[in-house]
Amino acid sequence: MYGNDFAEPDDPGAGPLNAADGGAVEAAAAHVDTKAQQGLETFDAIIAADQRIEPRDAMPEEYRQTLIRQIAQHAHSEIIGMQPEGNWITRAPSLRRKAILIAKVQDEAGHGLYLYSAAETLGIDREELLDRLHTGKQKYSSIFNYPTLTWADCGAIGWLVDGAAIMNQVPLCRCSYGPYARAMIRTCKEESFHQRQGFELLWELMRGTPEQQAMAQDATNRWWWPALAMFGPRDTGEHAVTGGHTEQSMAWGIKRFSNDDLRQKFVDMTVPQAQRLGVKIPDPDLKWNAERGHYDFGEIDWDEFWRVIKGDGACNSARIERRVTSHQQGAWVREAAAAYAAKQRQRAGAGAQAGAADGEGSAA
Amino acid sequence: MTGTAYSAYVLGLADDALIYSHRLGEWLTWAPQLEEDMALANVSLDLIGQARALLTHVGSLDGTGRSEDDLAYLRDERDFRNVHLVEQRRGDFAQEMARMLWFSAYQKALYAALAGSADEQLRAIAAKAHKEVRYHHDHAAQWVVRLGDGTQESHAKMQAALTWVAPYVDELFDDSAPGVAEALAAGVGVLPSSLRAAVSADVEAVVAEATLTMPAVPKWRARGGRDGVHSEPMGYLLAEMQHLPRSVPGARW
Amino acid sequence: MSEGTLPLFEVFVRAKRGLSHVHVGSVHAPDATMAVRNARDLYTRRQEGVSIWVVAASDIVASSPDEKDSFFDPAGDKIYRHPTFYDVPEDVEYL
Repeated sequence: MYGNDFAEPDDPGAGPLNAADGGAVEAAAAHVDTKAQQGLETFDAIIAADQRIEPRDAMPEEYRQTLIRQIAQHAHSEIIGMQPEGNWITRAPSLRRKAILIAKVQDEAGHGLYLYSAAETLGIDREELLDRLHTGKQKYSSIFNYPTLTWADCGAIGWLVDGAAIMNQVPLCRCSYGPYARAMIRTCKEESFHQRQGFELLWELMRGTPEQQAMAQDATNRWWWPALAMFGPRDTGEHAVTGGHTEQSMAWGIKRFSNDDLRQKFVDMTVPQAQRLGVKIPDPDLKWNAERGHYDFGEIDWDEFWRVIKGDGACNSARIERRVTSHQQGAWVREAAAAYAAKQRQRAGAGAQAGAADGEGSAA
Repeated sequence: MTGTAYSAYVLGLADDALIYSHRLGEWLTWAPQLEEDMALANVSLDLIGQARALLTHVGSLDGTGRSEDDLAYLRDERDFRNVHLVEQRRGDFAQEMARMLWFSAYQKALYAALAGSADEQLRAIAAKAHKEVRYHHDHAAQWVVRLGDGTQESHAKMQAALTWVAPYVDELFDDSAPGVAEALAAGVGVLPSSLRAAVSADVEAVVAEATLTMPAVPKWRARGGRDGVHSEPMGYLLAEMQHLPRSVPGARW
Repeated sequence: MSEGTLPLFEVFVRAKRGLSHVHVGSVHAPDATMAVRNARDLYTRRQEGVSIWVVAASDIVASSPDEKDSFFDPAGDKIYRHPTFYDVPEDVEYL
């Protein structure tokens, strides 16, 4: 999610290799002809050499499907992610903050577009992917099913959620699939502004009035655990999810680190930042472990995690409803643009014909 | 009154940009395609930039030393000098393009004329803004043409949108607005009515290309915005925009 | 292509004068005129470019990976095309 990829253990529809999911997928599968099958040796050699796979290369159908699902889910997360922060654009408390917030929400639309563009190189079009989002066949990061209740939430999202997203995305800049890796490089460059502005927003609040400080602490309390959960289920131990596609994704160079490793890195990076900010992290078990050289931290509420993924989050239905409504309301505009383009092509065609006729006339 | 007499004129320009940027900001996540979310956000950001520069200038011109945020967040409705056009609620996409077409055509003519202003600061702001609003105008024109000459449905919606926006146009060219006479006397401002012919011609050319017709002269026309007498949507807009800074007085954000 | 999808255009941006246009990604647009504008709003909002090309994705003709061997490998042994192939005395300047 948000560049991480995992399936619900009891959701067959979210299985990693569900190639029968929709007509476009079958069409994509048809691309794999016998010649390309021979090319799979080349694919293995490229992966083994840690080089990049490019769109027209032969690739295993499972690799293609895994990427389509992961890139699409990542793109959907960016697009749905516009909503929680977009919720504060009209209420941003200064013109500087308002400009920053609009630019940030706009960036999220942009990152979504980079990612859809990367996904489309795999032989599926954006309309189909949006349809899968709208009908619930594909998911987006569960973090965006939490509400933004105060202005400080915009800061917490930038600092914690974007911070976690960057942690996930930086390794993806070396993903084996070229277009995805390139989209991630562009995204990561832009994303660092998001994290910094979030930190700065909270920094200002923590140096402000008692009401502002309380607002910042409250936001940290509500976003800390969901941010940790963004890295996905545990890879080992009692809460581990087995039967996922982590192992295969690692072998293919799509995924570079385990969920738990990335989560640990995130905690280690963020705790000193929280101390500097002056906010308290809402985890009584959080403490430095000198032996491990890492922070120990408490267990995520996995029941809540799976509950929210399955639809029982404060905003699940509202987010999708808004997205679908917006898409439907825009249909007549897109149709008009397409109709105009068709008319223009017709006119150009008629003009060219007339021109050709003129040419003949003058030649004669 | 201390300060410069023409500051009210500059405040009108600033508030137009401020309030329209706010309405455009409401489009994010609601645009007809993701590419258009990007485009409308860019226009909104340009206008916020103009508003910030102009408001800061007003704060020094009027002698109060108020910051851009003091002016945006701590004034009451009657002290806002924007036209009714920009404060109207977000309608459908055709309405937004009709509003943007008129407003950007107006701003384009305005900022071009302000290149000759005796106020150096205003001249600099106008020079930068002129490049921005040329793009806004192009954007609106591209869409008006596509909607007008698209499908039957879009043609009808675009035509209705031109009718919807018509009553709000005159106010942009009102010479009796506060500060206008003073701005003219100081060689700083532009007589609003002098922009009318060029702006109308600009809009009419786009409307013709879009296979649309200019609407009939409306029976009712908006007035009073420059004097601080606004329409009903303005109160809600300010309540939303100003709530947070006003609920924590003196706070920095 | 499913119903309602606007065509895909590939986008190339010249980062600054003196450099070539480089492929940066794609946009959907009803036509080329809007594609240039969409590309401007998406790919150059941090001053990444001074010029944009868009090309309908369907108009691009590319070499096939299947032909990789016959297209590109034959250049591999023509090492005499590279300046480092040649041994010249070290004390001769400007070579």
